[in-house]
Amino acid sequence: MQLSKEFLQYDADLQAIIAEVTNFAPSSVTTVNRRSFIKLAGFAGGGLVLAFNLDTSAAHASTLTGAAAGTPEATTILNSFVRIAPDNTVTVFSKGPEIGQGIKTAFGLIIAEELDADWKTVKVDQAPINPKVYGYQGAGGSTSIPRGWDQLRQAGATARAMLIAAAAQQWSVPVTECTASNSTVIHTKSGKKLTFGALAKSAATQPVPDVTKVPLKKTAEYKLLGKRYTGVDNLKLVTGQPIFGIDIQMPGMLYANYTKCPAVGGKVKSFNADEIKKMPGIVDAFALDGNGNPAEVMPGVAIIAKSTWQAFKAKAALKVDWDESSASKDSSTAATAKAKELATKMPAPANNIGDVDAAFASAAKVVESAYDYAMISHQQLEPQVTTAWWHDGCMELWTPSQQSDRGLAMVTAMLKLTDDKVTVHQTRAGGGFGRRLANDYMCEAAAIALKVPAPVKLQWKREDDFAHDFFRAGGYHFLKGAVDKSGKLSAIQNHLVTFAADGTRPVSGGNRSNNSFPVDMAPNVRYAVSLMPLQIPCGPWRAPVDNVQMFVAGSFLHELGIAANRDHVEFLLEWFARPLAAPPTQGPPPDLSRSYNPTRAAGVLKLAAEKSGWGKKLPAGRGLGIAFGCSYGGHIAQAVELTVDAKKKITVHKITVVADIGPVINMSGAENQAQGGSIDALSSAMGLAISYENGRIQQTNFGDYPILRMKGAPPVEVHFIQSDFRPAGLGEPCVPPLAAALGNAIYAATGDRVRTMPFKRAGFSI
Amino acid sequence: MPFQLNINRKPHTVDIDADTPLLWVLRDELDMKGTKYGCGIGACGACTVLMDGRPIRSCLTPVSAATGKITTIEGLADNGKLHALQQAWIDLDVAQCGYCQAGQILTAASLLAEKPRPTDADIVSAMTGNLCRCATYNRIKAAIHQAAGSPADTKGDTHAAL
Repeated sequence: MQLSKEFLQYDADLQAIIAEVTNFAPSSVTTVNRRSFIKLAGFAGGGLVLAFNLDTSAAHASTLTGAAAGTPEATTILNSFVRIAPDNTVTVFSKGPEIGQGIKTAFGLIIAEELDADWKTVKVDQAPINPKVYGYQGAGGSTSIPRGWDQLRQAGATARAMLIAAAAQQWSVPVTECTASNSTVIHTKSGKKLTFGALAKSAATQPVPDVTKVPLKKTAEYKLLGKRYTGVDNLKLVTGQPIFGIDIQMPGMLYANYTKCPAVGGKVKSFNADEIKKMPGIVDAFALDGNGNPAEVMPGVAIIAKSTWQAFKAKAALKVDWDESSASKDSSTAATAKAKELATKMPAPANNIGDVDAAFASAAKVVESAYDYAMISHQQLEPQVTTAWWHDGCMELWTPSQQSDRGLAMVTAMLKLTDDKVTVHQTRAGGGFGRRLANDYMCEAAAIALKVPAPVKLQWKREDDFAHDFFRAGGYHFLKGAVDKSGKLSAIQNHLVTFAADGTRPVSGGNRSNNSFPVDMAPNVRYAVSLMPLQIPCGPWRAPVDNVQMFVAGSFLHELGIAANRDHVEFLLEWFARPLAAPPTQGPPPDLSRSYNPTRAAGVLKLAAEKSGWGKKLPAGRGLGIAFGCSYGGHIAQAVELTVDAKKKITVHKITVVADIGPVINMSGAENQAQGGSIDALSSAMGLAISYENGRIQQTNFGDYPILRMKGAPPVEVHFIQSDFRPAGLGEPCVPPLAAALGNAIYAATGDRVRTMPFKRAGFSI
Repeated sequence: MPFQLNINRKPHTVDIDADTPLLWVLRDELDMKGTKYGCGIGACGACTVLMDGRPIRSCLTPVSAATGKITTIEGLADNGKLHALQQAWIDLDVAQCGYCQAGQILTAASLLAEKPRPTDADIVSAMTGNLCRCATYNRIKAAIHQAAGSPADTKGDTHAAL
């Protein structure tokens, strides 16, 4: 069935989001000029307030071109600030959403380091959502840290220079005789001291120095970065304070639920409105046509109640007669059968490098394998929720989105309002994992609120989250690889069978990654893609694309190494050193801190081998597997040591992670992300699968979607190689290589090769 | 209909349908938002509260059955002094998104009340009903050991205090 333009808009949007975070250019994170920092006057309480621009991306610049001819001051859009108050408090504005990646703490630390602030005095506030001022305000692609690194450091260093200048003036001494430490400026000769708070007002009268000349610290000079810090909101979290999207409470607020057709695309013919409206606490019930975009508003029935529970009870009694003429008929069993059929019909290759046939003909060993992976769902623990209030011709929203800036634009366009009539407040998010890059719940809340004369909190049930996700697409790989007589990888043929919404390109997250499975992975390559139609929406899931491609690449490389009778670490090190294709000549130059780097790859692999005890003798049934991935700016090697019993039950003894993400900002946060990412990857590799028949998702709640519990969670030992590259984020990079390391360990333990995810499909359990 | 509740050592009266789960009474009626909705079927543990010291799923407990002394995360600290678990959770920086952690801490509080020095096996057994989607399990375990004053006994679970 041909999907409508409105429906396909979701796929275009999500593909654009992935492109934005994977392809952002170095210029977007390093642009600085001497007018990067501006003093702000008139802040309540006074003190030194330095505003600066925390995003100079091309997308952002395009919104400013109208003012480009004006004065430099007029065109400098300031979107973040650091404030030093007379009471010694340092306040930092964090513009992106906190979704559990620890960004608020990291942003505060980066500024505090260059400022030489006492960390205990630093407070981090959430910025409002306004992409015209703030540019990109998403949390995606592990890009918040690399985007903010330069500007945050410069902000700290600039404020420090102004505080020192103020002190030097007061003491009538040269600034070169002064230094700062622990929120205090010190005159080194006399030992005189003044706190930042005491200097804040006079610092605000100092000229802003030329930012290009303010020195930044060298790694060896760091006093704060790289140590362990507890998250800035942890006290609130452990005492149950209301900081999440679901916690919004407003006077007179009503509660809504929205029921859509279980097969995406179905429309409401009728529903038992009279019966529903008579139920206790029900204020209203009405159908919405929606706008046909699954990432905005699909047709459904809204129930408005005086409490969440009353809305849920009415939902249970809701009977909708759906028009399913345009609804999904997708079937996962049919897709698997179709993929097998397509396996033998390789289309014209999208890429041809060298002479694959000649390499196969002269190979010492040829290996043919078929890999597949299931569709999976996100299931962040806080179900979708947004509070919306339509008042005075304005739409005001409170949301835990990961991409509230796009949500704001969507709501504004959908309701045909002007920019000044829509306000979005960012709350903390109870997880994201990529699900909240889409803003369907925000759009639904806005559409519902138009018909409700009070603030209304749209609360999805967990079952809604299962039925209506932007799933990680499943996929099928038919591979043929060769090693030559010297034991080197000589050829790869990869036929990917995946899904398309629009019939022309893989769905968001279903395409090939140039990092984890680069086309030039061998001297001779043939790569082809077959597409199968899919109406069920797909989208980014933590480390999109890489989280499946690396399973296939990392496992198949192991197969080839085994065929060549090579030690796998040696085989990979040799593979890392292969000649690489020249970078593309079109478009922005590649960002070297985020590109595959053979030296960094070898560094993490060697250390992972050392720390995991690679090569040690293991008893029967016990195995060690290793894999590498370059993903979202991180170079990661993971080793898994496990035992497999006679019933194929796995006990993972230890996961070893070695990450090169440049300098570590908060060792505690970084280790937590590496551990969580590894266990999340273990969880999805072992047991998670979404199936669908007649367009309906078969899994409904955690009972049939066994996300790993503490019982199956192994110790995760984390090591960092702190290279001098610009730091990467760490929300995603530790996910992709894990499944291959796990499969390689199972092979080492048993001789069984797992070529399907989840591994439970091959009979393994944890 | 009216129900008398004892929550965090204080009496409350709510006039509400008898089948309303305690979770929604806490959140929507009493504006205590620390207890979280996760799945509504008792599978994830985000809604865990203590009744007479035992962990219960507030999403499955109708208000009519909430006859014991209820402790929620808002009432775990004693006169402003954090429970040892809350302090350990902060010291070891356990949370990522933090959404499940109220339920985790209350389940752990019940465990420690029963077994002040739990083994790893005790912890796993007590905590396996509580899902952490961010998978902070290594740290949850370490924080329970720290609060109990016992060293972690599994290699790789140790995390230096901040």
